[in-house]
Amino acid sequence: MRLLALVDCDNFYASCERVFRPDLKQVPIVVLSNNDGCVIARSKEAKAMGIKMGIPWFKVKKSYLAQGGKVFSSNFALYGDLSKRVMSILEGMVKKIEVYSIDEAFLDLQHVQNINHAHEFGIYCRNTIRQWVGIPVRIGIAPTKTLTKVASHVAKNTSGGMGVCCLSDQKDIARILKTLPIKEIWGIGHNLSRQLNQLGIYSAYELMQMDIRLIRKKFSVVLERTVRELRGESCIQIEDHCDPKKQIVVSRSFRGRIENLSALKPLISNFAVRAGEKLRQEKQKCSQVSVFISTSRFNQQLQYRGFDSFQLPCPVDDTRSILMGANKILNTIFRKGYPYAKAGILLSHFSHSTFLQKSLFEAKDQRHLKQDTNLMQTIDALNDTQTQVYYASQYPARLSPIQKDMVSPKYTTNWWELPTTK
Amino acid sequence: MTINYLGSISANDLPATFTKFFVEPVSVGFPSPANDYLESPIDLNQYLIKNGAATFLVRVSGDSMLDANIADQAILIVDRSLKPKHGSIVVASLDGDFVCKRLQLKPRLCLLPENSKYKPIYIQHGQDLDIMGTVTAAINKFE
Repeated sequence: MRLLALVDCDNFYASCERVFRPDLKQVPIVVLSNNDGCVIARSKEAKAMGIKMGIPWFKVKKSYLAQGGKVFSSNFALYGDLSKRVMSILEGMVKKIEVYSIDEAFLDLQHVQNINHAHEFGIYCRNTIRQWVGIPVRIGIAPTKTLTKVASHVAKNTSGGMGVCCLSDQKDIARILKTLPIKEIWGIGHNLSRQLNQLGIYSAYELMQMDIRLIRKKFSVVLERTVRELRGESCIQIEDHCDPKKQIVVSRSFRGRIENLSALKPLISNFAVRAGEKLRQEKQKCSQVSVFISTSRFNQQLQYRGFDSFQLPCPVDDTRSILMGANKILNTIFRKGYPYAKAGILLSHFSHSTFLQKSLFEAKDQRHLKQDTNLMQTIDALNDTQTQVYYASQYPARLSPIQKDMVSPKYTTNWWELPTTK
Repeated sequence: MTINYLGSISANDLPATFTKFFVEPVSVGFPSPANDYLESPIDLNQYLIKNGAATFLVRVSGDSMLDANIADQAILIVDRSLKPKHGSIVVASLDGDFVCKRLQLKPRLCLLPENSKYKPIYIQHGQDLDIMGTVTAAINKFE
């Protein structure tokens, strides 16, 4: 039987914060999102205190700190480096690996003969990463990706199981799926889970027992694949190549609330300018600009989310075109009378700078294109120095850096970021 | 002696400006006679680091390991993948602090300083000791 493994780092960001802080071994740790808005990672101890994922920091701050909890702003330089180390260790152990996210990877265990060896491999893998990098991981081993997710879930919730769970025996699988609510299954979101509940399907086992044809007809081939995978039939392959970047997002939560279009416009323009710089750095051109604005999730009375996209006639990397598109969208999605808390811009539908699709309707001649490119290069070069060039619709200041008041040192990537030790 | 974490290096993220010599292509005239003998520049990472994923850099603060040629402010190369042996120089966390000492396993567990000014640390029952890794090299800078 071919076996796959899912290696999943436990409470990754919180674990990273602990690697160079042995004094925090048993101390609750939470890590906050950009701008220190919400809790995005919690150590075991913080979870036990009842701190929920995604909760706004201001809501729990007082009681959490009073109980001796420790808080960090997110430190992606550190998390990124430790993640790279974990992944490179895994790459050394198997031939085929899919890095699924910063803290998860699927492995193809083609070298493993049977389930006992797989279990031994899991333990070896876990001990090695723990010793070499200091990050605890759990490992789910099963014949399909969806079942490795289930196994990892079991490994997480079983104490004393060494953090490794193998699922290959049909009886074991059935027993576990009976206790697993469908919302815990990989790829089944909130809405789908509700729809299934309405049909009387609550456990993963009940879903697995459903008629495949009915599922395809009533739902989708995606759910059909999930069901087949739960039955042990491998349908989702390990992708060992990664796609190039497909979109650029620049967004911020505001410290205060913004109600006027005239105040919002310059900010959106700043996002557009920053996004344009990123686009040129990546040597990409985009043909779609999208803008979103939204009120605070926590303001129950006045809720509004605006989002729309603008198709550019041909792929561009010219900030002026992006600004034009962004301002058009903003005018259409803006609604008066809402306290906006967050906004952003998204560039997508990329094509590489060197492959220029010429539009029939906007046939600029080569000389003009060259001039535009030179202009953008000149502005980028100037903005890299003390001199700053602003577009007319912009707020005349650099985009404020993301607020991070409690960030730990970049222990592994910066010579000068020494921690304070006694 | 306490130690401070400084950073880590792996083969591909160190500054490329260590000691790089490029022989430029010669546009006119006779090709450089050195072209056939070009080799990669000497790479300190290659010499100092065996296992990049498990190697971390740590800065020393204090002189308790002076007799082992580890001066104040030295940078230690710590390999977490090597099993610490009796007599290894290690970085350990003791009751929440990082310390660099020589590890003594017998006759009893002890962290030995390398400077007569300091006393050996005998590990008492109930103390929390974790060996983080083995020190494979120390870099002392003179200027």
